[in-house]
Amino acid sequence: MSREEVFEKLNEVFRDVFDDEEITVTDATTADDIEDWDSLEHINLLAAVEQEFGMKFNMGQVVSMKNVGEMADIIIGQIG
Amino acid sequence: MRELEYPFDGELILKKSKKLRRVLLEERSDFLEKRIAVLGGSTTHDYIRVLELFLLEQGIRPVFYESEYAQYWQDVMFDNPELVSFAPDLIFIHTSNRNITTWPAVSDQTEQVEALLSEQFAHFQAMWEKIAQVYRCPVIQNNFEYPFYRLLGNQEGVYPQGRISFINSLNEKFYQYAREHGNFYIHDINYLSASYGLDRWADPLYWHMYKYACCMQAVPVFAHNLANIIKSVFGRNKKALVLDLDNTLWGGVVGDDGPENLEIGQETPMGQVYSEFQGYVKAQKDIGVMLTVNSKNEHDNALAGLHHPEGVIKPEDFVLIKANWEPKSENINAIAQELNILPDSLVFVDDNPAEREIVGAQSAGTAVPEIGTPEQYIRVLDHSGFFEVTSLSEDDRKRNEMYQANMARKVQQERFTDYREYLLSLEMHGTIRSFEAIYMARIAQLTNKSNQFNLTTRRFTQAQIESFAADSRYITRYGKLEDRFGDNGVVSVVIGRKGTLADTDIYRRGEMPGAADGAASGATEAESSAAAGGIAADSAASGDTEAATGTAAGADVLHLELWLMSCRVLKRDMEYAMMDSVVEACQECGIGTIMGYYYPTVKNAMVKTFYQTMGFEKMEETDTGVTIWRYVIPADYENKNTVIA
Repeated sequence: MSREEVFEKLNEVFRDVFDDEEITVTDATTADDIEDWDSLEHINLLAAVEQEFGMKFNMGQVVSMKNVGEMADIIIGQIG
Repeated sequence: MRELEYPFDGELILKKSKKLRRVLLEERSDFLEKRIAVLGGSTTHDYIRVLELFLLEQGIRPVFYESEYAQYWQDVMFDNPELVSFAPDLIFIHTSNRNITTWPAVSDQTEQVEALLSEQFAHFQAMWEKIAQVYRCPVIQNNFEYPFYRLLGNQEGVYPQGRISFINSLNEKFYQYAREHGNFYIHDINYLSASYGLDRWADPLYWHMYKYACCMQAVPVFAHNLANIIKSVFGRNKKALVLDLDNTLWGGVVGDDGPENLEIGQETPMGQVYSEFQGYVKAQKDIGVMLTVNSKNEHDNALAGLHHPEGVIKPEDFVLIKANWEPKSENINAIAQELNILPDSLVFVDDNPAEREIVGAQSAGTAVPEIGTPEQYIRVLDHSGFFEVTSLSEDDRKRNEMYQANMARKVQQERFTDYREYLLSLEMHGTIRSFEAIYMARIAQLTNKSNQFNLTTRRFTQAQIESFAADSRYITRYGKLEDRFGDNGVVSVVIGRKGTLADTDIYRRGEMPGAADGAASGATEAESSAAAGGIAADSAASGDTEAATGTAAGADVLHLELWLMSCRVLKRDMEYAMMDSVVEACQECGIGTIMGYYYPTVKNAMVKTFYQTMGFEKMEETDTGVTIWRYVIPADYENKNTVIA
């Protein structure tokens, strides 16, 4: 899956989770950029991303992930 | 909503919860509002988020109180004005094995383990007792799930020092408490985690990362199971199964294949599957579920199939058999009508997706589960929780018999041209008394599930019912009716509050004073228990202290806060017998006027002019459709009932 395709899918997930069709994420997007993205929604978001891509984040990754770009890197690393 | 019916896609629910919530709130407006306190031993955010969806799906709109992280015990045990003023209708205690603090060590002696067990149980028991004393609302308590590792391996349940043994013993103590205390329900997460898969359920990542008691993906399963208990407590269980026959209760088509060629019984694997399913369906009778048939068949063929010698379920197990060529949706409506229940109390079970589709579209509110293939039928029906058991009353066990007796009465009725003669021939005997301890559960159940013959549609918990019974400002009456065909059990409830004419203002506003539980006043414990369930609590909150001061002293008017009757005894003159008893109670304490109120709902049009029938005079009708009725008891009041002894 190309990086563009990953981002396309990520956009869908973000839109579903935050129920906001306007969201477009980039490499630099962080929780500060999306109003409803707090620590509790974060759990839900990760679960939805895992489901969408059929992969799992391990604890180390969850702890260290800084932005959507890093999230995409992990996804690509796992699903090839 | 399909997305929230079992079997559901939990991950979809988690992902789209915001949208689902929006749609659910748009779909209907007649929600039952309930105040639910969630006291967690771990993070509760997502549990609440998903629980709300499943409750909205059941027509219950929750308002939540959420404890701070892991403060479940402190929230109850220490002064908590916030929770007191929240006045919960229900408290859910979300604990898990992560909250067990007294695990035994392998080196502990058996007596030490016993002591640890008692210590841990006492911690919970103290909290439950405090809740019963202060909040007096239903409590739902998680039991404990098994740990995800076993130090003693397969002997973990054998040695008392093992954690599985410890959990089993602790759970048994919880169950014992539940058996001995009404209004206390176990949420069985031990079963749920096993059914879900313990390794996935207990994924430690979710505990260490987020302090979640189970993995995120299991939250919908958890919330669905919990919502089933809550809706059952609040009277939203389904009441009857409507079953197709061909390829649902047996394999094959009886009209084409002949009864002798049906797949049922121990001869073939498929026959065994249908036998097991028939056994499951038949057992539903024991928990008070009514069984009916809705099948496209010649009536004789349907009976021939049900008389199959290998069949578990027989024609006499059903209260109604509709085997004809009418559209199934019409049969469903006829079944609802004949049983005097609403279509939304029915569960339609049919292997044919096309039939399910039509019934789903045509019969408002009838549950139409996607039951899958024959070997899945039991699991789908069972896990759906349509008939979630929260109390097993004698009435539940006898319900089928009662409805069958009703059918016998119908036959009897046809033999009489004079209705009064028919009623006399029933040899009815009524027992009408103030609320009594043995019937409190049934009375509370009736207030929560009667919709049609219900003047004010006030829902009360058992604790509230008990407080009315103990409060001298209230006149309470339950009515039980027996006749030559059987015992109908408790079928009518009246609650009246003594006061003055000025109190009418409160009722005119359609306020539900009784619904405000004792704690609603937000006052001290002593004050709130004095106002328990009464009008005083609510009106004081609205600043209307003047009107609320009508207490027993100087009271000359009885305000009927509740009058309901089970539709199974419609047209039996039971309402007249109840009236006679209420009048008698009024006369005994010098009350000369009775005020009745009708609050319209979508379901209670049947009793719109009930008070007129009872001889009341209509005083006014508000712009919201509330009607107010007055009855001045004549000095020479003559009993209205002449047929019930």
